[in-house]
Amino acid sequence: MNDDPDAFTLGPLQAGPPCCEPQPLIQVRNLTLHYDGKTALDNVSLDIYKGCITALIGPSGCGKTSFLSAINRMTDLIPCCGIDGRILVDNQDIHHRDCDVQALRRRIGMVFQKPAPFPLSIRRNIALPLNEHGVTQKKEVAAITETVLRDVGLWGEVCDRLDASALSLSGGQQQRLCIARALALNPEILLMDEPCSALDPIASGVVEDLICRLQGRYTIVIVTHNLAQARRIANYAAFFWVRERTGQLVEFGRCRHIFESPREALTAAYVNGARG
Amino acid sequence: MFESAALRTRRKIRDCVAQGLIYLAVMLVSLVFFWLLVDLARGGMTHLSWAFLTESPRDAGRAGGIASILVSTLLILLVALVAAIPLAWSTAILLAELVPAESSFGRSVRFSLHVLAGVPSIVFGLFGNAFFSIYLGLGFSILSGGLTLACMLLPILTSTAEAGLRAVPDSYRLSAAALGLSRTAALTHLILPAAAPALAAGLLIGIGRALAETAALLFTSGYVDRMPGSLLDSGRALALHIFDLSMNVPGGDESAYASALMLVILLLCINILAMKLAYGLQRKKIMT
Ligand SMILES: Nc1ncnc2c1ncn2[C@@H]1O[C@H](COP(=O)(O)OP(=O)(O)O)[C@@H](O)[C@H]1O
Ligand SMILES: [Mg+2]
Repeated sequence: MNDDPDAFTLGPLQAGPPCCEPQPLIQVRNLTLHYDGKTALDNVSLDIYKGCITALIGPSGCGKTSFLSAINRMTDLIPCCGIDGRILVDNQDIHHRDCDVQALRRRIGMVFQKPAPFPLSIRRNIALPLNEHGVTQKKEVAAITETVLRDVGLWGEVCDRLDASALSLSGGQQQRLCIARALALNPEILLMDEPCSALDPIASGVVEDLICRLQGRYTIVIVTHNLAQARRIANYAAFFWVRERTGQLVEFGRCRHIFESPREALTAAYVNGARG
Repeated sequence: MFESAALRTRRKIRDCVAQGLIYLAVMLVSLVFFWLLVDLARGGMTHLSWAFLTESPRDAGRAGGIASILVSTLLILLVALVAAIPLAWSTAILLAELVPAESSFGRSVRFSLHVLAGVPSIVFGLFGNAFFSIYLGLGFSILSGGLTLACMLLPILTSTAEAGLRAVPDSYRLSAAALGLSRTAALTHLILPAAAPALAAGLLIGIGRALAETAALLFTSGYVDRMPGSLLDSGRALALHIFDLSMNVPGGDESAYASALMLVILLLCINILAMKLAYGLQRKKIMT
């Protein structure tokens, strides 16, 4: 291992330079999602490209969180939530009967709005999911722990107190630990639901830098209310809007196009701050 | 900043009065507890000795000690807990984790537990006598007494455990699911440890009830004060012993006081132990 505690240990970019030749990894087709029969998301179709950062923007209540949770089937946990349409990950229908949800969620990591570390030690936060997925060799777990903590830039801050409670960390550190915990399972896709919105500006900046460094290695879908941030980090952007309490996808495209030359007037109004 | 001095004084006075009332209430509660303790200690201290704890009662309890009664009490308690805990806690897990809170199944189970909690203990005693003692043929025995107590403990243990499980933040469940952890793994590694203090607290309340129970045991475990040879022997519980000494045995007051003191000491010890246990569990989960 590198001696510099902050050295970035991710391997070389595996997906090629991001977005030169977009290759869809997640294909969402006619996704309609309802809670208790009320439609929260209406007929959304879009592609998430491999190795790219896709930002979901839009006002509160337009179904961004619902969209994100549908991708790793977290919506299964909500009894009143119903889904129509298809979601293909790597050309496999995630609602197919043969699809193993636990394996799917291992491939698709998720980071929540509020940092949610387990009330365990820092070490155990990362070891527990690894153990459950069959990585039980102590050495291997320790090596992965160090790697992912380095990747999120936390190693230097916590390497001498791995056995302290994760709840003793600051908010930004907790969020980076949650990202590390997700990375430890070696996912292909990372879903991030407003990962910076509960953090102060400095911690938020640190997490943003981290997301930029993950680009290319992981396929990232990030929800953010911070348009400047979306513009800085994303390759693609999807703009959602809510009409009569039903969310819909208004426009999807290259981040630059969405922000500089959107096709829809609504998008232009939103990104220029006139609406929402 | 701009409010008048009169307003400020009025507010101050109101604060003082409210605080005073709260302190008074606290004082009263502690006073009742201390008065009870002092009274018990004064009446029972002289009689309470090592010999009292290790000898069996003689002359209907006027002389001798309470050894056989302590043993019976603990055996009844043990039977009750062994029978009630698995049932109650698995029901709580079912209610809190597996079925939706508003489902009709959950609601009807919860309703029946509420009803069960409100049933007077004498009714449990009669039920236990009819069902365990006569129908199942267990007779007047520690086993039927313990099983009757288990029925009484079910609602307490279940509702405290369910409340404890529900108090565990949902974010743990969501994060666990998002990491591909199975429900069982989330339950054993995260949710149950987080709820452990609540489970222990419920257990405490249950043990307190069980130790203090008299009416339900009158018709089920009986009041034979000999040392029990097996779970099928009749055995007299401590609370029943106190009741019998003070109501039916002239000249048994001293023994009654000493037994009552013993009961209170037992309860205090169990309280402290369970609190330590819960604390230790929480710490261990963080440290490993
Ligand atoms: N668990 C739920 N039960 C019922 N309705 C929900 C639930 N979660 C979200 N909704 C509804 O779905 C709509 C979209 O919510 P959400 O996906 O959280 O939007 P966003 O993340 O863009 O703010 C909202 O109208 C919200 O009220
Ligand atoms: Mg949201």
